[in-house]
Amino acid sequence: MKMLTREAAEVRTAEGVQPSRMWFSDLIFEAFAGIFARPGRMFMTILGTMIGLTALVATLGLSRTANAQIISRFDELAATEITVSSRPAGEGQPANELPWDASERIHRLNGVVAVGTLSAVDVKDALVSASPFVEPGHRSEFKLPVEAASPELFTAVRARVRSGRLPDEGHSQRADKVAVLGPNAAEQLGINGVANLESISIGDEVFLVIGILEGVERKHTLLSSVIIPEGTARDLYGLRAPQSVIMETDVGATPLLSRQVAHALRPDAPLGLKVTSPQQPQPVRSGVQSDLEVLFLMLGGLSLIVGAIGIANVTLVAVMERVGEIGLRRALGATRRHIASQFLLESATLGLVSGVLGACVGMLIVVAVAAYQTWTPVMDPMVPILAPLIGGLTGLLAGFYPALRAARLEPVDALRAGM
Amino acid sequence: MTRPIVALAEVGRTFGSIAPVVALREVDLEVDVGEWVAVVGASGSGKTTLLNIIGCLDRPTTGSYRLDGMDVADLSDPQRAGLRSRDFGFIFQSFHLLSYRTVLESVMLAEVYRRRPRAGRRDRALAALEAVGLEGRDEFLPTQLSGGQRQRVAIARALVNGPRLLLCDEPTGNLDSISAKGILELIRGLHSQGLTIMMITHDPGVAAWAQRKVTIADGQLQG
Repeated sequence: MKMLTREAAEVRTAEGVQPSRMWFSDLIFEAFAGIFARPGRMFMTILGTMIGLTALVATLGLSRTANAQIISRFDELAATEITVSSRPAGEGQPANELPWDASERIHRLNGVVAVGTLSAVDVKDALVSASPFVEPGHRSEFKLPVEAASPELFTAVRARVRSGRLPDEGHSQRADKVAVLGPNAAEQLGINGVANLESISIGDEVFLVIGILEGVERKHTLLSSVIIPEGTARDLYGLRAPQSVIMETDVGATPLLSRQVAHALRPDAPLGLKVTSPQQPQPVRSGVQSDLEVLFLMLGGLSLIVGAIGIANVTLVAVMERVGEIGLRRALGATRRHIASQFLLESATLGLVSGVLGACVGMLIVVAVAAYQTWTPVMDPMVPILAPLIGGLTGLLAGFYPALRAARLEPVDALRAGM
Repeated sequence: MTRPIVALAEVGRTFGSIAPVVALREVDLEVDVGEWVAVVGASGSGKTTLLNIIGCLDRPTTGSYRLDGMDVADLSDPQRAGLRSRDFGFIFQSFHLLSYRTVLESVMLAEVYRRRPRAGRRDRALAALEAVGLEGRDEFLPTQLSGGQRQRVAIARALVNGPRLLLCDEPTGNLDSISAKGILELIRGLHSQGLTIMMITHDPGVAAWAQRKVTIADGQLQG
């Protein structure tokens, strides 16, 4: 062999001696070979970190998915509705009544589309009946809610008419005894249309049915109600003031309007009114959700730390087991730095692998939960990219102490340990 | 006259500072290029310490070690590692093969710390395996080999970088007599090709194969 016959020595100087060096690709290969030599152990080692990262990825993904779901459900209809009602007054205080000109007052505000007033009418125990005759054995009288509505209320609740017409301001001013039936109420009373000038009686009062509703988008209680004009209710049943104001606003106008309406309606006692808009419960819900999210993120972080300790532990055990290998590598020319780099890279790779697996399992969980709930899975694209990076960093930190221990070994002692 | 490859002058090595153990005392030894020297001694005589110092795995406490006339004490740790990767080949009693690497990978491992190009590494390793008589076994794991074959793998690994000095620590200590003879014949072949060899052993029969024999006892060279 040619390589054995090197002739002796030119004069050597200390400066002329090259230090030991290695290719980075070789370092990577050695680290990978070290890990994948024991795949079973590798998997057990990364399990803790993997679970931690799975929890983090799944938590972030699921909260994103759930939030997207809430936003899409938060539709335009709910977002443009404000209801105002009066709070019960304290003892000896004047009642917090809504004014009769509520619609006019609110129409002065910007962003209002339609306003109506709606009140439940106290008809005592009067029953509603469509037939003037009482047939024995056949029930013709029903306990139905009677509501008094201003003409514009039907616009505000987006009522659709199946038959007939809706009452106007004239009906109210003249206190005409006319009524509009919700579809369920009409069915119960056996009234199909207004063509035959059907009438109903509420107690002893007879009302002409001028219209039957097809449906409403808001205030679904109207579907089974008898609706009479406000003037009529005032005249016949002594309605003292409207009980609630229902308004439809422009999109995005609700937050501002809900702060203004109480002042517009009762500048003297705005606090006596209760303004309900769909925005109010929203922050509460997201508050609860972010608490849960923080809890899960903390659990994920904790699991990550436990996982890091696991990696550190197993890497340390591996260093102790591989003392002979370290000695051999030193004899083959590895410096302390080479040894430390290899073990650092091994633990960082373990962390990286656990990050990749954790991101995969986490995303699978998000997709599975979304599929089960028929949601659209939403994920920040940075999450699956960051998870392996965080895993790698965790592994790197975990490998620091074992790598230091490995590098500190004296080659002579390491070789004595045998393989 | 040529300069000796190894020149030890009054080399001493003491372990521990609280209860010091003297492993070597005032050792003077010169090894010339192309020599085959056997250091014979009982266990605990300091012969392994001597080999470790020559192989730059350990530093002497006192005295000086010149390699090719250069004082090794002047070198940094990475430079000494560089010497180990290029100038020395090590053979150990228990072979020191990585159990999870194939024969070929074990031999290729020696080039990793020399920054030799990956291209051709496989061929060089195969050539070294052929030189020790292990052609066709390159994909075997160490556990599938006999003791003698494992030591041949270790020798191939030591040779692949073209060392100037082969350091053998009880190369036949774990082998039966037939395998041992095969290994010694292999070493003799290497020596005949001009390789400088330093071998430590407790067995005078093994030492008899060497060109020159030195005896060590209680950390001191005899005669």
